[in-house]
Amino acid sequence: MSILVNEQSKVLIQGITGREGMVRTRLMKDYGTQVTAGVTPGKGGQDVYGVPVYDSVKQAVEECGELDISVVFVPAFLVKEAALEAIDAGVRLAVLIPDRVPIHDVLEISRFSKQEQARFVGPNTLGLVSPGKAVLGMIGGRAKSAREWFSPGSIGVSSRSGGMTSAISYYLTKAGLGQSTIIHVGGDAVVGLSHPEVLQLFEEDPQTQLMVIFGEIGTSQEERVADLVSEGRIQKPVVAYIGGKAAKSGTRFSHAGAIVEGSRGSHESKVRLLKQAGVHVVDAVADIPKKAGQLLKEKGNKQ
Amino acid sequence: MARLFEYQSKKLLKQGGIPVPEGKVVSSPEQAAEAARELGRPVVLKAQVWATGRAEKGGIHFADSPEEARKAAREILAIRISGLSVEKILVEEKIDIQSEYFAGLVIDDAEKSPVMLFSSKGGTGIEEIARKHPDQVARAYVNVSKGFREYEARDLIRQTGVFGKTLTWLSRVLAKFFQVSQKYDARSAEMNPLVLASDGTVYAADCHFVVDDYAVFRHPDLGIEVAREFDRPPTELEKIAYQVEKNDHRGTFYFFQMLDEVDEKENVLGFNGAGGGGSMMSMDAVLDQGFKLANYCDTSGNPSASKVYRAAKIILSQPHIKGYFASGSGVASQEQFHSARGLTKAFKEEGLEIPAVLRLGGNFEEKAIEILHTYLKDIPGKVEGYGREDSPEFCAERMKKLITDNDFLSHKVRPLQEPEITEEVYSFQTPTGEIRINQEKCLNCSTKACIEACTQNILKLEQQKPVLAISREDTEKGKCTECLACEIFCTFHEQDAIFIHLPIKGLKEYREKVIRKQEKCSDRRK
Repeated sequence: MSILVNEQSKVLIQGITGREGMVRTRLMKDYGTQVTAGVTPGKGGQDVYGVPVYDSVKQAVEECGELDISVVFVPAFLVKEAALEAIDAGVRLAVLIPDRVPIHDVLEISRFSKQEQARFVGPNTLGLVSPGKAVLGMIGGRAKSAREWFSPGSIGVSSRSGGMTSAISYYLTKAGLGQSTIIHVGGDAVVGLSHPEVLQLFEEDPQTQLMVIFGEIGTSQEERVADLVSEGRIQKPVVAYIGGKAAKSGTRFSHAGAIVEGSRGSHESKVRLLKQAGVHVVDAVADIPKKAGQLLKEKGNKQ
Repeated sequence: MARLFEYQSKKLLKQGGIPVPEGKVVSSPEQAAEAARELGRPVVLKAQVWATGRAEKGGIHFADSPEEARKAAREILAIRISGLSVEKILVEEKIDIQSEYFAGLVIDDAEKSPVMLFSSKGGTGIEEIARKHPDQVARAYVNVSKGFREYEARDLIRQTGVFGKTLTWLSRVLAKFFQVSQKYDARSAEMNPLVLASDGTVYAADCHFVVDDYAVFRHPDLGIEVAREFDRPPTELEKIAYQVEKNDHRGTFYFFQMLDEVDEKENVLGFNGAGGGGSMMSMDAVLDQGFKLANYCDTSGNPSASKVYRAAKIILSQPHIKGYFASGSGVASQEQFHSARGLTKAFKEEGLEIPAVLRLGGNFEEKAIEILHTYLKDIPGKVEGYGREDSPEFCAERMKKLITDNDFLSHKVRPLQEPEITEEVYSFQTPTGEIRINQEKCLNCSTKACIEACTQNILKLEQQKPVLAISREDTEKGKCTECLACEIFCTFHEQDAIFIHLPIKGLKEYREKVIRKQEKCSDRRK
C-alpha cells in the first residue's frame, strides 16, 4: 500500500504541452507513473512522449476512461479553472503544482472539491511520490534522482517545504529507512491536504509504521497535528522538525504560509504543543533518521 | 500581503457602498489647513502609517479650525510612529460617535474558508476584545460560492446583543464588506471601529486592508509597488530586487533586508537561501553560530543563472557583511549548476574579498561544486562549495572558520562597472540582457568551445567566429536561457571575448549612494 497514488493510478496532466508540463511528464513516465492523457485547450490531437493530448478533461475521460488523478501545470491564474474542470469531470485527486495562486481561488477550489468529495494537494507543491510505484509532479527532478533518493518502506513523509521533502527522504534512504509515500503539502497559507489530513491517511495505511513531518512557522497545521495525537486519533509515532526558529512576527519567509501572525503559529508554540502531545520533535533535520530508526526498532521489539 | 493605507482602504469601502467619513489625503500643513477649510467643520487628522495604536503614539489629532489643523499636521509630520516616518495625513470630518463595533475578515486555514468576525465592542484589537468580552464576539464561516448574504450577517450580529434598526444597518454594511473583501482579494480586512454616529448612520471610522500578494496582478488600480509581506514599507534595495523578480518569471527570487543598517563591528552575513524550508533551516543554523543576517533571500524553483547572478549582485550591494552564505534544502530538484554559474559570474566581477560558503546540494551538485572550485579559486575571498552530504550546521561552522581566518574583513561595495562597447562587438538580445562577443579576440581561440557549451545550440561558427544560429527574435524570446555557460568558458579557458550584460535597474545609482556613505565612514575613522 501507500497513500493517494500507486502504480495503478491513472494520471492526467493538465498543461501537458507547456515547458514544465513536458519536462515533468517525462519524469513521471520514466519513473513508472501511468500517465494516461494530457490536456491543453486548442492542442487536442497532438502527443507528448506518447501521451495523447485532448482539448478538455471531459474529452480525455471520454476517450481514456475514468482518470484518478490530475497533475496541473498551467499558469497560476488559470489553476482555479483547471482544478474545477478536473474535479467536475470526476477526477478524485488534483495536484496543483504552480506557485502564486491567489488565495481566494484556492478557497473556491476547496469549496467545490469538498462538495464533490474530491481532494487536492497544493498549490505550490513539488508533488508526491510513492517510492517504487509512481511520482506525481516534479519531485526528484529526474527519474534517475527520484530512484536514487527515495526507496520503498514504512515511513510516511509530509512536508511544507519542497526541498526539505526530498532532503528528509534522501537522508532516510541513506540510513536504510524506506518510505511509504512522500508528500509535499505545499508552502501556501491554505492548501488542500495539510499535515493533519495527510497524517490521518498514513494512520489508516497498513504500510506506514511511522510518520515524519517537516513543519514551519505560520498556519495551524502543526497545532492540529498535536490535537490529533492528543486525542488518540493518531497512534503511530510521529517525528517532527519545525523550521523558522529565527523568524520574527509579521514577516514572511518565502512560503506564503510561513508567517507568524501575532503569537499564533510561532515556532515556540508549535514545538511546545507537539511535545506535549507526545510527538518526537528534533532540533536538526539530521537527527530525523536517527530518531525514526530508533522508534521503528522499539516498535519492532514490542511486536 | 500588500497592505493598504487607511485612506486607500476607505476608498475601496466607499466604492463598495459603505459609508466612510468625508475626507482628504494631504502631505503638508498647508494642504491640511486647506482640507479643513473645505470640510468646514471640526476635523480629525490621522497619520497614514502601518502601525497600530496611532492615537497613543501622537499620530491622531483633532482640530476645530484650519489653523489648528495646520498646527496638528506640522506635529504629526515631524514624528516617527513605531519607527516609521509619516508622509501622508488623512484629514476627515469628525464623527460624533454613539457606539463602536468591530468587523473583520480573516482566512481560516483549517476550514479553508473565510471567516467573518463581528463584535459589539469595537476600538481595540480583536484578541483583546475576545478576551474581555467573549460573549460579544461572534464568527461565521462564509460559503465562497454563495457569498455572505445580509441574512447571514444579521444572524451573526444579533449574537452580540445588537438589535433594532442598528442591526439592519450593520447587516447591510457587513454583507457589502464581504463583497469588497472578495473583489479585492483580501488576505485580511478589518473595520475597527465601525461606528454608529449620532445621526443614525453607520461609518467605517478606520479600516485596515491587506491584499493577497498573489492576486495583486488583478488590481493594477491599487498601485501596489511591491507585492510582498512586510511589516514596513520596502527599502530601496528591496524595490530594486522586486523589479528583478517581476521581470523574470523563471524561478523565484525573494529578497528582503533584516537589518536597518549593518554595523561594521558586527558579525553579519549576506544570505542566499534556496527554497523556503531549506532557507529557514539554513538560517537557523547560521544564527546558532552567532551570526546576524543582513538579508533573507531565496533563489529557487529552478531559477535561471542570470537570476541567481542578479540576486548575488544585490546581496553584495550591502556593505560590511563578513561572508556570503548560500544554502537550501541540500537535496534540490533543480539543476544546481545554474546557480553555480550565476554566483561565479557575480563573484568574479566583484572580485569578492570576503569568504563564501555555498551549499548547493541536489541535482548535478557535483558539476555545480566543480564550477565553483575551478573558477573561483583565484579570487581574493575563499569559496567553498558543498553538497547534500554536508549539513547546514557543518557549513555554518565552516563559514565561521573562514571569516575568522579572513580577519573579519568587511565587504566593500564597489561601483557597478560595465565594459565599454567597442564598435566591433557582435551582440544580440537575450530575454533579460545582451550577449556581446568581441569577435576580434575569437581569431586567437583554438577550442571554439562556446559553441558546444551552449546547450540550446543557438551559436554556430562563421569564418571561425561565433554567430547566432537562430533568429534574433527567437533568441530574445527565450531560446537563449541565459545559462551563462558560453561566457564562463570563454572567460576562464579562452580569450575572455564574451560578456553577458545583465542590467539591474537602479543598482548603479544605489551603489553610488552606498559608496559615498562608506567613504564618509572611513574618512571619519581616519
